[in-house]
Amino acid sequence: MSEGYAAALPANAWNWVAVWRRNYLSWKKIALASMLGNLADPMIYLFGLGTGLGMMVGRVEDASYVAFLAAGMVATSAMTASTFETIYAAYPRMHHQRIWEAILYTQLTLGDIVLGELAWAATKAFLAGTVIAIVAVVVGYAAWPSLLYVLPAIALTGFAFASLAMVVTALAPSYHYFVFYQSLVLTPMLFLSGAVFPVTQLSAPFQQAAHFLPLAHSIDLIRPEMLDRPAGGIALHIGALCLYAVLPFFLSMVLLRRRLMR
Amino acid sequence: MSNVAIDLNGVTKSFGNKLVVNGLSLTVASGECFGLLGPNGAGKSTIARMVLGMTQPDAGKITVLGVPVPAQARLARKGIGVVPQFDNLDLEFTVRENLLVFGRYFGMSTRAIKAVIPSLLEFARLESKADARVGELSGGMKRRLTLARALINDPQLLVMDEPTTGLDPHARHLIWERLRFLLARGKTIILTTHFMEEAERLCDRLCVLEHGRNIAEGSPHALIEEHIGCNVIEIFGGNPQELGSLIRPYVQRIEVSGETLFCYTPDPEQVRVQLRGRAGLRLLERPPNLEDVFLRLTGREMEK
Repeated sequence: MSEGYAAALPANAWNWVAVWRRNYLSWKKIALASMLGNLADPMIYLFGLGTGLGMMVGRVEDASYVAFLAAGMVATSAMTASTFETIYAAYPRMHHQRIWEAILYTQLTLGDIVLGELAWAATKAFLAGTVIAIVAVVVGYAAWPSLLYVLPAIALTGFAFASLAMVVTALAPSYHYFVFYQSLVLTPMLFLSGAVFPVTQLSAPFQQAAHFLPLAHSIDLIRPEMLDRPAGGIALHIGALCLYAVLPFFLSMVLLRRRLMR
Repeated sequence: MSNVAIDLNGVTKSFGNKLVVNGLSLTVASGECFGLLGPNGAGKSTIARMVLGMTQPDAGKITVLGVPVPAQARLARKGIGVVPQFDNLDLEFTVRENLLVFGRYFGMSTRAIKAVIPSLLEFARLESKADARVGELSGGMKRRLTLARALINDPQLLVMDEPTTGLDPHARHLIWERLRFLLARGKTIILTTHFMEEAERLCDRLCVLEHGRNIAEGSPHALIEEHIGCNVIEIFGGNPQELGSLIRPYVQRIEVSGETLFCYTPDPEQVRVQLRGRAGLRLLERPPNLEDVFLRLTGREMEK
């Protein structure tokens, strides 16, 4: 086990780039459609909920509701983009199209492939989150300098959710199982993490639970910056997201090795 | 570098409680074409995967291109090209892009890959299809592209799992011709097949596998000589049992496969005399081939 597992880990710090470039080349052909697909959803939420609900809600945590929601949507769009890339694009590359199998004929290891896929999913998350953040700045919900802090947080969020989704990908016998992850994990997380309303609205046990959710940590990093508030516990939030990026990565490696390299 | 390309020593592998490879030992020399021959489920593909380090053996030692596998499989794979049983080309890309992307997996620079693409396209006779999407290619073209892809890293060793399964005869002959060209240039090939003709035409040596065990090994010619050694008459169109008892005194051995009676005899004329006058029989006399060896060694309908 240990020897084989070691041989499956990433071989070096740059091999994954080849996998990233493969996905980039494929994405370039459909970039516009893909961007629209990633952005439509959070934009509709932002302006639909933001303006509609915002009128009724008024101010939240001393900001307009749209501005409050914008930070939540930046984090959520990153979560969704990297999750969907991993379960709906990386999964078929691994499973039906046998592209990973072909890559395993080369000097790349399974770890190189997984790392390349995670980096690519994080890239798409970064792209989606960044566009929402820029829109928020342009419309006046945040200041330009805040992006300096928000963009790295978006990338880290993308990595964490790609890594989690990779575990789901490694376990899923077919597409049909992804719906459980979406509706039983991601959707509740959206409401428990303070994306659309403050966590303080939740009952105490749910507030406690929110401390463990990666999306909550991501929002707690992003929102204070965008609303120009003093941020607390930055190291904790970054640390938590890093754990969510790293631990599932190693777990997915164990599962994928069992699945692909018996 | 030694002149041994692949060395398997006492390799065993089971999936669950099904023993797929059973204490297999074999050696493939550099520059030869070595065939793994066997019925479906004999363990051929598993052996190919173990050589690549993609499946872990339960026991035994594997050395490929001088390095231990799977521990250093990555190093070995730098010098290996793979043609899998089922095409796994990248359908989102053109022929040219497939080669480009695959070269990058070997750490080659874009410039280095672009420099070798023309010769690979020429080798695969795909010059006119360079910018076609993979989905537009015929089965034979896809196989040739897979072969070209396997050569992108200029490998010493090619691992091929049933390289011509599912191809029409014309496409198959073209692949065979390409493989002979590679052998002439000094490449080592290990291929799995259940086509006897393929093994006979290409392989310098081969081993016959059954239930994961090596039941015979040698050059096609030597195996034929050793296990058959005389002409064969195939008889169709009668009751094999009845005909068998009629001609038995004049033959070395009889085997029945399906509705065909294979009779191995040093004296074909005697057999013909015995069968003369029987209506509806078709007789075909031919020199022995690997199929006869295979039938003899693994045949489940063997008579004696």
